[in-house]
Amino acid sequence: MQFLSHTLPNGLEIIAECSPSAFSTALGFFVRVGARDESVEISGVSHFLEHMAFKGSGARTAEDINREFDEIGAVYNAMTSYDSTVYYASVLPEYAEKAFELLACLIQPAIRPDDFELEKKVILEEIRMYLDQPPYGVDETCRSRFFNAHPLGRSVLGTIESISQLTPDRMRAYHQQRYTAKNIIVAATGCIDFEKLVEFAERYCGHLNSEDNERIQLRPEPAYGTHWHHKPSATQQYLIQIAEAPPASTTERFAARFLTAIVGGSSASRLYWEFIDPGRADSVSLSYEGYEDAGIFVTFLSCAPEMLTENLERLRKVYNQIETDGVTSEELDRVKNKLASALVLAAERPATRLFAIGSERLTTGEYRSIEDDLKIVDTITLDEVNRVAEKYPLNCNATEIVGPIAQPSCELRKTC
Amino acid sequence: MGSHQELQFFHQFDNGLVLLGESMPWLDSVGLALAIPAGSAFDPEDRAGLASLTTEMILRGAGSRDSRQFLEDLENLGIIWSESVSRKHITLTAAMRANRLGDALSIFADVVLRPRLPQEELEPARLGLIQDIRADRDVPEIKLRRELRRRTFPYPWNRPTQGQEETVSVIEWQDVRDFVDQRFRPGGAVIGVAGRFDWDETKTLVGNLFKDWTGVAPSPVPWRWEREQVKHVVYDSQQTHIGIAYRSVPYDDPRYFLARASLGALSGGTSARLFTEVREKRGLCYAVHATYQVIGNMGAVFCYSGTTAERAQETLEVLLAEITRLKDGIQDEELQRVKVQLKSSLVFQQESSVSRARSLISDWLLLGRVRSVIELKQAVDALVTEDVNRFLAENPPNDFTIVTLGPHPLEVPRAVS
Repeated sequence: MQFLSHTLPNGLEIIAECSPSAFSTALGFFVRVGARDESVEISGVSHFLEHMAFKGSGARTAEDINREFDEIGAVYNAMTSYDSTVYYASVLPEYAEKAFELLACLIQPAIRPDDFELEKKVILEEIRMYLDQPPYGVDETCRSRFFNAHPLGRSVLGTIESISQLTPDRMRAYHQQRYTAKNIIVAATGCIDFEKLVEFAERYCGHLNSEDNERIQLRPEPAYGTHWHHKPSATQQYLIQIAEAPPASTTERFAARFLTAIVGGSSASRLYWEFIDPGRADSVSLSYEGYEDAGIFVTFLSCAPEMLTENLERLRKVYNQIETDGVTSEELDRVKNKLASALVLAAERPATRLFAIGSERLTTGEYRSIEDDLKIVDTITLDEVNRVAEKYPLNCNATEIVGPIAQPSCELRKTC
Repeated sequence: MGSHQELQFFHQFDNGLVLLGESMPWLDSVGLALAIPAGSAFDPEDRAGLASLTTEMILRGAGSRDSRQFLEDLENLGIIWSESVSRKHITLTAAMRANRLGDALSIFADVVLRPRLPQEELEPARLGLIQDIRADRDVPEIKLRRELRRRTFPYPWNRPTQGQEETVSVIEWQDVRDFVDQRFRPGGAVIGVAGRFDWDETKTLVGNLFKDWTGVAPSPVPWRWEREQVKHVVYDSQQTHIGIAYRSVPYDDPRYFLARASLGALSGGTSARLFTEVREKRGLCYAVHATYQVIGNMGAVFCYSGTTAERAQETLEVLLAEITRLKDGIQDEELQRVKVQLKSSLVFQQESSVSRARSLISDWLLLGRVRSVIELKQAVDALVTEDVNRFLAENPPNDFTIVTLGPHPLEVPRAVS
């Protein structure tokens, strides 16, 4: 696989990982805009804007966009997170230009008032859909409590209130400000003709606004403590914990990923043996989320209500042990083997590689080939992993619990 | 498709075990899938969940490995493993680097021939399964799908694979032992390998590893129908969840691709009828889709949408109107889009070794042979609007099963129920 990159005069960067034997082409527009760029009043605007992208641009209507993507058999969608909004499509190589043109169209939406009001209803349904599913919105409550006033504490979807009050003008101003050429990386993987890709970019994105637009970076001041929410109709009890982790801009992020795989991987991990193997929980996980200026470890646990108190104590013990004794070299070696294999398997599909290279470039400005990643897997040391375990104690966290059992919440402790 | 040539292989061993292969030499990886004729349809009525509990048990140690060694070795070998229970089969799949295929096959052989089924692990396995059953009650779409399936397919194919808390509670260790002894048999079992591998070497290895496996699993129990086709389930939720199902042709029916094409016009993309009418034109929901489900020689289409309670009646009516309107036929442009989509999805499937391995065994189990990607592409190319429309006129979607889940029941038009 060959890596190529090119920057247009307006600042838009095109990167590609080309594998000539691939069957398909994956294309993605990675935009540096997300929930963290919003104020409280316009909470959810980045995600709503992502929906409006599909409602038409220039002379194209929503129906045109849907039809044209379907005509080329594209598997396509978009996603909004805290740091980024990504528009992507996988197509057969002969449809690469059409897919590029349509994706470029998405990032320049018309935002027509009628479409805006109709799509607002869809967004409100999406918010309600998630409120009906475990953990019934307390994952967002937990974020907002942990991050305090930091923008990373807001909801990607926004709230029923903020979405109801949003106007097309407000959204247009936000789009104008954030969707500048310098905030966009176009990534491509699979079967690629790079010269043509650059031509497409010039044709469809050459005119994009080239203003500078720096993101506000803030140091989070995490808040801790445990809160209970009563949901009598739920069957299981659900727990979310958020603890501090290294930001994605530091090299500690690699150690953080190894740590989560060892402690909370889906099988043969510490949490697996403690909770899943003995049947104490139906689900448990530990994941790492890295942002430019912050990082978090997120624990999720779901179990029978009567087992929660005992499980909380067990979780505390597992995390204490990780902080004080660290993980073992056998555990690290095993996870290295697993991750190395997962990297080779990820190479099967251009669509999988697209997200790996696009997100990395947007967040850190780096490109790493599979070989580079395998080298990191090979060289990371037990000491590096255990330093992260000690520096970012998992027991120092914000906890939200929801289900049929409720208890008084404990006070926020800022001195964890 | 593409510039790559397809190479498919087949072999049936003397004990009845079938081995299927598809070479994808451009990959560095290989996918493996094994189906054992031990699905949930074979659970005794008062022990529903036996196949699922058995699956939990066979992974708790096999051959020379105890439970912990088993999972740790899989990770050390870099074998990405998963298991699932369907109505007819327990399926084990594994994806790995090409040089680990032999290790994975040897572990597969241990699991089916030498599971340890440790008695002391029965209670933890049962507890885990009961917790899974409970957790699913909290997800409205899963609960709805279960209620819909129960009323769309005949018993025993209509039961949830996990069983129920009451039936799982009474399963004994001997039940698990007997289930393995009866149903883990090579007659009816199939292994699929796709990716980078050597066919002759693999065939010899499988022959050696599974040579002591003998017998044929017994046939299933007789069917019976439940005929309550309209149902509301009271549920504490913000949205009302709507499920509509109708019977369609099975996978081995010559009209299967006509049925798939009509489903594509209904729900094949964002320009398809359900998404356009329910979400794009009316903003009634976030999620709306229809999927094809096949169990043995039965096929059905399942439609779903979730919407705020006060807009649920309108959503149900629009869904029913769109499904019923299919009988009037689809347009040439709609079929053209469906054909391009189906062909693209065939190419995407060829990019993943494990997804191709799954297709091999699923084709074999439903058809008794494997449809090559070239054959599938030809079947799609051969689709013409007149044939699809004749099929729809002769087989209009009707006799609907309708289940709603939410705070209030909806009015179901008498004419369609």
